Amino acid sequence: MNSLIDMLQQLVGMLPWEWAHYEFMQRALLAVLLAAPLFALVGTQVVWLRMAFFSDTLGHAALAGLALGVVAGLGKPLWAMIIWAVAMALMVTWVQRRSQEAADTVLGVFMAFSVALGIALLARNGRMKEFLNYLIGDVLSISAGGIAGMLLALIVVVALSFRWFNALALTGLNASLAGSRGVRVGAVQAGFAVIVAVVVTMVIPWVGLLLINAFLILPAATARLLARDTRQYVGLAIGLALVSGVGGLISSYYWGTATGATIVLWAVGFYSLALIYKPGRAAVAAATPGDSGG
Amino acid sequence: MSARDDMSTPSIVHHAAPCGACVTHVRNLGVRFGRHVALEGVSFDLHCGEITAIVGPNGAGKTTLLRALLGEVPYTGERHFHGGGGSGRTTDIVIGYVPQRLVFDRAAPVTVADLFTLGLGRRPVFFGIGDERRAKAMAGLKEVDAEHLLERRLGELSGGEMQRVLVAFSLVPQPNLLLLDEPAQGLDAIGMAKFHDVVAQLRGRFDVAVALVSHDLEAVARVADKILFLDRTLVASGTPDAVLSNPAVRQRLGMIPG
Repeated sequence: MNSLIDMLQQLVGMLPWEWAHYEFMQRALLAVLLAAPLFALVGTQVVWLRMAFFSDTLGHAALAGLALGVVAGLGKPLWAMIIWAVAMALMVTWVQRRSQEAADTVLGVFMAFSVALGIALLARNGRMKEFLNYLIGDVLSISAGGIAGMLLALIVVVALSFRWFNALALTGLNASLAGSRGVRVGAVQAGFAVIVAVVVTMVIPWVGLLLINAFLILPAATARLLARDTRQYVGLAIGLALVSGVGGLISSYYWGTATGATIVLWAVGFYSLALIYKPGRAAVAAATPGDSGG
Repeated sequence: MSARDDMSTPSIVHHAAPCGACVTHVRNLGVRFGRHVALEGVSFDLHCGEITAIVGPNGAGKTTLLRALLGEVPYTGERHFHGGGGSGRTTDIVIGYVPQRLVFDRAAPVTVADLFTLGLGRRPVFFGIGDERRAKAMAGLKEVDAEHLLERRLGELSGGEMQRVLVAFSLVPQPNLLLLDEPAQGLDAIGMAKFHDVVAQLRGRFDVAVALVSHDLEAVARVADKILFLDRTLVASGTPDAVLSNPAVRQRLGMIPG
């Protein structure tokens, strides 16, 4: 696998531009090319299922996973972060199903708990500054192993979508309707929550947890304004994510800005353009928050 | 079958009557949430080819009954289904469900063709709908005179059009029992007329039993062959005329004091 990635890196290195000759940029490009379609695909469903606050909670909750990993003395706290995120995702899903509390209140509580725990533990060890990179992302942290992991994640998610995408999307339209057609709604929702947890957490070291949700949501939100049917929705989201990702990466090199933030600014730019181009669509969306009725 | 299985044990049984038309039996259905009894002792038949309206005041348990039939809430007793032709074979009941509304914003990028695709098979809709699925969708829409709606976005549909699409969707694949939740709600005059057309077409199908759950007795009385008046238990059942002249029903409707 490493030799494959080396080979791909060398391919990138053959490009005529200055940025392509740096190893970290070569790796970053590969990472973006893999992460963008993955995030776009997952993001379209997060937006469709109105789970944006859920993914935001998971992103912030990584702070606790990180702190616990550090406290446990792990050199690479990423695994602790992923395990924590998956546990949180399952707990939140479980509590939301059984509780009378509003869904966003439950999420608010979980986010508060994780962030507070994370800050308390990290500050106590006097290591808050070190982990600034996890807040705002560090493109230098992208390793060959990270790229391999991203490739695996992309393959797994695409494979899963061949079985579950339609069931998940139908659940998002109406859970009872999906259930009446034999979809195991609880399992599908829990499974998707776990996927979001893993995918979001994997990319936090590169993009930072402050912005990870934006990276997930924005291309899908933009595509939603422009697309006519579901195929266009997913296709546009992937296209927009790739352009924002690559454009943001390269421009961050020349502008000397943080890569994750630059990518998100590109994505915001596209959203704004879509808003100007199709204001009618957005107005309709704002006026009818949840009703298909007559 | 458990040792407790006797006449008081609730069950949902779907089997073929001798003439070949199928029927779903509900016997002694009960639902309780903690200490609160939402439904008790509910028994009725749903005959294929017939339109049955399940009505009652607010809090009567109509939604609970619907959820019990859909298997969403636990209800007391066992549940077994017999289906198919004159042989009385045991199969799983296939339920078609037409919800009152789908929750999505009107700008959502999903067409009627997309909706059908989501329910027909595993290949993700974004990989392409394909000719076969498109043909099935068209065939389904044809039953409700809605072929022209295939490529329309769901958010562009009127209330009546949405209902027809959902009815068509629920008929593919063919169910034994079609449940419509508050179908008369929020329809304008044209929508209501179309709804009557759809119901008339469903009545002619001897392979599916249709149940309409509604709080609007008047609206569904016109289309139903049979009415079940529910108020935590079954208060009355029979033809619309018979039920509307039942004193217990009239009392609950506020037509007689007491």
